[in-house]
Amino acid sequence: MKFKNYLEIRNFQDMDFSETLQSALEALTLNKLRTTLATLGVVIGIGAVIALVSLGQSGQKAVEAQIKSLGSNLLTVIPGALRPGDIRSAAGTSTTLKLADAKAILADKSISGIKNVSAEILRRSQVVAGRNNTNTQVLGVLSSYQEVRNLQMQSGRFITETDINSLAKVAVLGPQAASDLFGDVNPVGQTIRINKLSFRIVGVTVAKGASGFQNQDDIIFIPLTTAQKQLFGVDFIGTISIQLEKQELSDQVRNQVGFLLLARHRISDPQNADFTIFSQADVLGAAAQVTGIFTTLLSGIAAISLLVGGIGIMNIMFVTVTERTREIGLRKALGAKKKWIIIQFLTESALLTIVGGILGILLGTVLSFVVSKIINLPFTVSMISIILAVGVSGGIGIIFGWYPAQKAANLSPIEALRYE
Amino acid sequence: MIHTSHLSKIYKNDAVETIALSDASFEIKKGEFVAIMGPSGSGKSTLMHIIGALDTPTSGTYALDGEEVGKLSEDELADIRNRKIGFVFQSYNLLPRTTALKNIMLPMVYAGLPKEERIKRASDLLEMVGLSDRRSHTSSQLSGGQQQRVAIARSLANNPSIILADEPTGNLATVQGEEIMAIFQNLNKKGHTIIMITHEPYIAQYAKRIIYLKDGKLVKDESNHRQKKVRF
Repeated sequence: MKFKNYLEIRNFQDMDFSETLQSALEALTLNKLRTTLATLGVVIGIGAVIALVSLGQSGQKAVEAQIKSLGSNLLTVIPGALRPGDIRSAAGTSTTLKLADAKAILADKSISGIKNVSAEILRRSQVVAGRNNTNTQVLGVLSSYQEVRNLQMQSGRFITETDINSLAKVAVLGPQAASDLFGDVNPVGQTIRINKLSFRIVGVTVAKGASGFQNQDDIIFIPLTTAQKQLFGVDFIGTISIQLEKQELSDQVRNQVGFLLLARHRISDPQNADFTIFSQADVLGAAAQVTGIFTTLLSGIAAISLLVGGIGIMNIMFVTVTERTREIGLRKALGAKKKWIIIQFLTESALLTIVGGILGILLGTVLSFVVSKIINLPFTVSMISIILAVGVSGGIGIIFGWYPAQKAANLSPIEALRYE
Repeated sequence: MIHTSHLSKIYKNDAVETIALSDASFEIKKGEFVAIMGPSGSGKSTLMHIIGALDTPTSGTYALDGEEVGKLSEDELADIRNRKIGFVFQSYNLLPRTTALKNIMLPMVYAGLPKEERIKRASDLLEMVGLSDRRSHTSSQLSGGQQQRVAIARSLANNPSIILADEPTGNLATVQGEEIMAIFQNLNKKGHTIIMITHEPYIAQYAKRIIYLKDGKLVKDESNHRQKKVRF
């Protein structure tokens, strides 16, 4: 009976885990090439996950930053409907939006929360300056465009109200267009020709970078009225930009503007609207969705390589168990309980994968750093992905080591000792 | 100390039943030195596995220190092996690439002994088998006789009730075999109970009592009045 009690008070804590860890290390360093190759699978798997998740997040941040640079708190009205199933005409060819619509939106006192409204029309044109010429975007704007789109001037001034009213032939260049046409010379005061009409340059804007749908630097701004009547010969506009006082008002203003435009266009059923209103949040959401899908897709592929790495670990653990059958039998004969054998082999496989995971994090970080430098993205490594990677690699060791460890623990000591 | 009654072991392989041990009843008292003899296939290995708590009998009872071993779970058997039985194998079964000291310490690790105590005890045991100068040698750096001496030191690690030796001299030359027998007789003199399985009559002569097995049956159990003594 004394003996029975003795059995009960003993449990796992009695066994020295440092001893287990040490013997795991010894076992792993015994066959260095095999250990290295087994670990490599996990290194590559974790490295790929870290690199791709980091790059995906960098890409997402870059897209978000560029879309935000278009001007925050913005609603955009474009002509034409975005109904699913409809065939949508090419952008800029719908003629349903007029300058009067933009003015009506600004003038309507029942719509609260609007800070400013701008109307634009965009065409590509051949632009000539002396011997240089370029094909670039010509954007007819109102003076309010500068505030709405948060444009900064590098030199000179932007289009003014007077320019609009007097149909002045003045132009403001984006930095890319300025350097294309004038090189290092300050273009302010110079003349360019757009479709044979001469424009005097009054200013150059500060670089904003390319956004999802238009390069804000390779562009020439001219007064909207001049663009409509003298350059393009049209009476419609391409977009109305509505600057909001607060982003929270987005949905409310969108509805009110929608009903106002429906009324002005004499459309009773909102289903038949001949215009579409979208917010920055919509664009941001769509872009985030696209980059998110890419990140998920790439991470999925990386996860597959991680899975393959895990299977490699399992394979090597099976080999180890078979090779060490006699050792397992001996350990059991000398009093090792099942769980101690399991812990011993799980320690080995977890050690393999955790070391692989740490090396993989280093590899992934270096990889994403190099790639983000090459393709000019902001470099980010998320803490979450690192914590996840360590957890996942340890988990892989335990999951894929489990079956081989079980096999080892279930060996009969008699059979195992006989094994040659 | 050991009390068996009507021990039987039947192996079933497909439809074929092999009776490895049948109706073996005997008692071994503390301080005995018993040799279990018999030709191959006589059931001595099966008996050793049962006595060593590596296996349980199909029928009959086996009590070790009053504890009925046949009814214990696998982990409880492991505990019995760890605490009460010191194994010495024919092929030594030391961990390869592991030092002599660490090999001796292994059963103490499973017994949960603190590290300082493990090292102290293992060093004492190594000295007892005369291999203090080989403590940092790995198994492969030791001769067969030395390996078996380390294995004997290991069998004593947790101060077991019985030392169970399975053909301990089977892989050794006669001189080295005698060395091992000398150590056993010495341990026996100090009060250790030793059970030794062998098929070599001249090795069995070192024991005080010889049990003969044939076809799974206990055929003879007698005191060895002409016990051979090793003199050193």
